[in-house]
Amino acid sequence: MQLNVNGADHSLDDLEPEMPLLWALRDVLGIKGPKYGCGIAQCGACTVHIDGEAVRSCQVAVGDVWGPVTTIEGLGTPDAPHPVQAAWIDAQVAQCGYCQSGQIMQAASLLAETPAPTDQEIDDAMSGNLCRCGTYPRIRAAIKAAAKSMSEGA
Amino acid sequence: MGRVKTIARRSFLIGSVAIAGGVAFGVWRYKTPYTNPLLADLPEGAAALTPYVRITSDAITLITPRADKGQGAVSVQAALIAEELDVSIDQIKTDFGPPSPAYYNTALAGDAVPFRATDDSWMAETVRDLADAPMKFLGMQITGGSTTVPDGYDKLRHAGAVARETLKATAARLHGVERSALSTETGAVILPDGTRLSYQSLASEAPQTEPVTDVTLRDPSEWRLLGKPMQRIDIVAKSTGTQGYGIDIDLPDMLHAAIRLNPGQGAALASYDASEAETMRGVQKIIEIPGGIAVIADNTWRAIRAAEAITCDWATAPYPAGMADHWQALSDSFTSDAQDSQFRDEGDVEAALAGGTDIEVEYRAPYLAHAPLEPLNATVRYTPERVDIWTGTQVPRFIETNVARITGLDRDRIHVHAEMIGGSFGHRLEDEVVRHATHIAMEMPGRPVKLTYSREEDMAHDFPRQIAMARGRGRVENGHVTAYDLGIAMPSVLSSQMGRQTIPAPGPDLQIVAGAWDQPFAITDYRVTGYRAPELAPISSWRSVGASSNGFFHDCLLDELIHAAGADPLEERLRLCNHAPSRAVLEAVGEMSNWGSTMAPGQGRGVAYCLSFGVPCAQVVEVSDTEDGIRLTRVYVAADVGRIIDPVNFDGLVKGGVIFGLGHAMNCQITYARGAAEQRNFDQYQGMRLYQCPEIELRGLETADKIRGIGEPPVPPAPAALANAIFAATGTRLREMPFDKHVTFA
Repeated sequence: MQLNVNGADHSLDDLEPEMPLLWALRDVLGIKGPKYGCGIAQCGACTVHIDGEAVRSCQVAVGDVWGPVTTIEGLGTPDAPHPVQAAWIDAQVAQCGYCQSGQIMQAASLLAETPAPTDQEIDDAMSGNLCRCGTYPRIRAAIKAAAKSMSEGA
Repeated sequence: MGRVKTIARRSFLIGSVAIAGGVAFGVWRYKTPYTNPLLADLPEGAAALTPYVRITSDAITLITPRADKGQGAVSVQAALIAEELDVSIDQIKTDFGPPSPAYYNTALAGDAVPFRATDDSWMAETVRDLADAPMKFLGMQITGGSTTVPDGYDKLRHAGAVARETLKATAARLHGVERSALSTETGAVILPDGTRLSYQSLASEAPQTEPVTDVTLRDPSEWRLLGKPMQRIDIVAKSTGTQGYGIDIDLPDMLHAAIRLNPGQGAALASYDASEAETMRGVQKIIEIPGGIAVIADNTWRAIRAAEAITCDWATAPYPAGMADHWQALSDSFTSDAQDSQFRDEGDVEAALAGGTDIEVEYRAPYLAHAPLEPLNATVRYTPERVDIWTGTQVPRFIETNVARITGLDRDRIHVHAEMIGGSFGHRLEDEVVRHATHIAMEMPGRPVKLTYSREEDMAHDFPRQIAMARGRGRVENGHVTAYDLGIAMPSVLSSQMGRQTIPAPGPDLQIVAGAWDQPFAITDYRVTGYRAPELAPISSWRSVGASSNGFFHDCLLDELIHAAGADPLEERLRLCNHAPSRAVLEAVGEMSNWGSTMAPGQGRGVAYCLSFGVPCAQVVEVSDTEDGIRLTRVYVAADVGRIIDPVNFDGLVKGGVIFGLGHAMNCQITYARGAAEQRNFDQYQGMRLYQCPEIELRGLETADKIRGIGEPPVPPAPAALANAIFAATGTRLREMPFDKHVTFA
């Protein structure tokens, strides 16, 4: 099995193809941004992009990955954050922060497809991502701010 | 305040200890200061300026001993020290520090005595001061009770000031000038000629300086950091996936473990069949641990999968198998024999109600899981000489005690490395995960083993919020509430929780009536009685503890009586309220919500109020009864913590607390069947989702005379405000949480 994660190729021939992508990323490749929260696609903490699409990596078998994988680490960095990450920093969204990698990956995918989402579109896209701390008001604000900054930057 | 307070104040000791070219200053209460724990590992030429400040040649490190579960404890503790130390946040590092009795929590004690938070009488203050002593002598380093700010507000600023003035004294001595001629800014002492001497350059000389103990804390008008919007220290890491949590620990040669525990909490493993699991890939060892079985494997997924493949036979849970018996046990506890407290008994309730009642109702609050998003985990490396533990915890000293007991090693050989925590809500006040991880690691001496709970195991062994029942009745006369009688029955959280630490919890448990007995209302005949139900399922402190259920009970009964009286819900609360900051928060939400203005048919507005952890908090919730069900449209919330240290974090914690309170009230419960929790994951335990989140408007007031924490107080009024709003919109009174048992939410 070949896996491209954040632009780097990895050979994972020794792995069980049914191992969830989440655990291949975390325990085999040491990429810890995607989080384990529920294991059944109910919380969204493990959200990554495959071919640009937001997916729950706990539900994708590593043998079924159909394209390059981007994790939060590949979206942007502390020195060069993606506009969504920059908006998250500006709005100080995170409390415990554990869900935020998934929230940001979900939001980045939303804005890539829908650059100026309505409130309803934000609700629809983000409601699969659980935040136990209750940062939802700031998530909404950060998505709107990111949409604005991305449209101005475009 | 009198003599007790004076003595306590005088005996604030400032000591200094010179060691290995460094210096330490202590800020400790009472005559015998604890050893500064930072001195143990201090490198040559470095200084540990108080247990909270460590300066080496290349870094200024502030010690933030209270756990950060997302509430921003690291940032607020650092800011309190930095304000007086005169360093900017971007030039310091932070460290949770080692567990130490020096970091005991003073403020927790003040809330454990039977005086209302609004009572500032001599007697109340004296007893609060006396209550510090056992906290100190037990070395209770605990994060909880919304105490990080009240506990650290003076202590941490004082530590910063002592360090600053002693660094100035060092510079004064070295350069032959008066200390008073020196100033400080951004990590440097400034000589009269403008020369900057960095704190790091002074560290190795500081031990030769007589410590400056006579410091005055700056007036808030001089603050650079506190009271102003701050950027959280962890915000960039938490927005870029680079924040490490306990679950992310990766050590050379590390193994991974998973567990299966008896879902009947506290009962044993009767028998098991691991024959399939033993053959599964990556499995290294399968062992019995107290109450269950553990799999040690080469990665998390293989360990969890193998653990799930084990067939287990469980012994019967030591509490009732089904919910009917749990409720019955509560129902049977409203007796004089089970009476735990009656700290509020004003007027003559019996006489007032002898002629009948206008309202007589029963309320229920279910067990609730903490369910933070980071599942429980702990990494332990055991050798016969030393144990290292990496985990997120609110009780590092309890962990030391328990791991010492399990391993038979002295506690100075137990090393707890505190990690950032992905949410807690009280979950990390329990240390069972560390005990299990220790048993597991002892099977693999020398190798670190990370135990990760599956979500299902985590939720099944959550030590949930208490189940509680309340019975209320009252009288109204001439349009006013005149008699109010509330009885609350629940098992003792304190006794269950402390019992697991083998710490006795004598006397009445204030949590049984917290958020009810202590409300600042003047009702002619007013009584709140606590009843101690027998131990049922093991329970633990859940964000706002007793008040999480009692805030709902107390305020909803008041609301029902007010409606029975035909009075306006806000006006009548204001009329009855006899505490100025509480009146102010009620008035604030009234103003923000334009209380009294007409709403469209099918819409409703409910107000609720609760004083908890010393903080008055009022909320107005607006709902709309739509075709899809009840939709929460707006929340207005006001709270008074005396002084807001960081308005950005305050805003986040209040709104998060409101959402936490509303979400659980809407759709969360833990129920037991055959002694096991029926809800094991977020498909059955949802909380609030983003699409359900109302707009929330907040006003923070700063009129109260004591500084308080804000982590918990926004939670208790939220369910009551929602229930009261649903009544206003639909005419349906909700007296049982979760509300989705009775109404549908859009």
